Amino acid sequence: MITVKKLVKRFGPLTVLRELDFEVNSGEFVALLGPNGAGKTTLLRILSSLMRPTSGFVQVASYRLPSQGAFLRAKLGVVSHQPLLYGDLTAAENLQFFSKLYSIGPDRIPEILDLVGLLPRRDDLVRTFSRGMQQRLAIGRAILHNPSILLLDEPHTGLDQAAGEILDRILKEVALEGRTVVMTSHDLLRSAELASRLVLLSKGKISSSVSTVDLDPVDLVDFYKTGLQGGQS
Amino acid sequence: MIPFLKSTAAIVWKDIKTEWRTRENLSAMLVFSLLVILIFNFALELDLRARESLAGGVLWATFIFAGTIGLNRSMAVEKDRGCLDGLLLAPVDRSAIFIGKTVGNLFFMLVVEAMVLPVYSFLYGILVFQPGFLLVVLLGSIGYSAVGTLLATMVVQTRTRDILLPILLFPLTLPVVIAAVKASQGFIQSVPFVEISVWVNILITYDLIFFAVAIMVFDYILEE
Repeated sequence: MITVKKLVKRFGPLTVLRELDFEVNSGEFVALLGPNGAGKTTLLRILSSLMRPTSGFVQVASYRLPSQGAFLRAKLGVVSHQPLLYGDLTAAENLQFFSKLYSIGPDRIPEILDLVGLLPRRDDLVRTFSRGMQQRLAIGRAILHNPSILLLDEPHTGLDQAAGEILDRILKEVALEGRTVVMTSHDLLRSAELASRLVLLSKGKISSSVSTVDLDPVDLVDFYKTGLQGGQS
Repeated sequence: MIPFLKSTAAIVWKDIKTEWRTRENLSAMLVFSLLVILIFNFALELDLRARESLAGGVLWATFIFAGTIGLNRSMAVEKDRGCLDGLLLAPVDRSAIFIGKTVGNLFFMLVVEAMVLPVYSFLYGILVFQPGFLLVVLLGSIGYSAVGTLLATMVVQTRTRDILLPILLFPLTLPVVIAAVKASQGFIQSVPFVEISVWVNILITYDLIFFAVAIMVFDYILEE
């Protein structure tokens, strides 16, 4: 579903991604871990066609990037740490606006609001929502057009325990619908619980990858530390 | 073509709806415009000749500074919550985003102009409600909104966007501002249309060229 080969991204003299190779199979839930500055967000922005790679091969859902980004966008849902929602529109109006951009009917809006638990707040302005509610609505916006690939960039940032758990429940439901999900995170335990595979990114390269089925939660920290040391060598 | 128009209309609808709720943009533009008109009115009060020959310049100075306030705010709204990324992730032709934002900005500029013109007409004793004069206002505003939207999109990624926009915008819109001032002045002083037509033609040409160029380069400007 996602194939990345020898991907390089430079910002002036700074090289963020160094000949990175990465692959995600259809229906897989991959958690991309790594310290700040490892290149997680840059990789996700390239995969979502928001950023051009400096060099390398990137293919998502059989579309080459960046040249075929316009075709890919209809099959892609993105959740960022920012909500990508208009604060002065209501929850329903935001979804209505994006449904017009995705050329889908308004019938799906109540269904999505119900899924993310915001149906009773449908007519409230987004700027009055808590961070957790905004993030739930952001997921609603991302799956509005029923995309086959979901890219999540640190979706739990700024959420308290309860809001994080609600988000986890929604993410599990969304992933169970057969979508391919790539999520960046700093939360090892949560990532191991949600994802089917953990991938560690360090200094612009994939340093290790493990299936969560084979990984004992007590070995998580070891996996992370060993992976980071491997990336630094 | 229909999805393109629907996307464009959705962006315009969204901009008008958010502005209707907050009225931040329009009120700032309107207050600024009225202040400029009033200040110039008192400054030029004693010199009637100067007042008549400067009326077109005063009007366009008011419009372009108020327009810049609107342009900055219009793109800042898209950037603040990452909404611009939300737009870019949608499977719509990016020129639909440009046209939608331009039409929205033009609409706000025209609303402010519609409110400012009667006050201007009253204070300066000038008949502005004549088709030729209103056409010049429309053409000048189209050119200014198109180039302004393009540049506002470009500078919205920078930290110094509030300063950078006027620095880039004013030199680039100089032809449209000069043509608009000359044409407006011509209509104010009842100059025969043959003499004004050259400025009106410049306005039309500028609008067409810059609108086409903006549509062509908008996609590149949006890429990081």
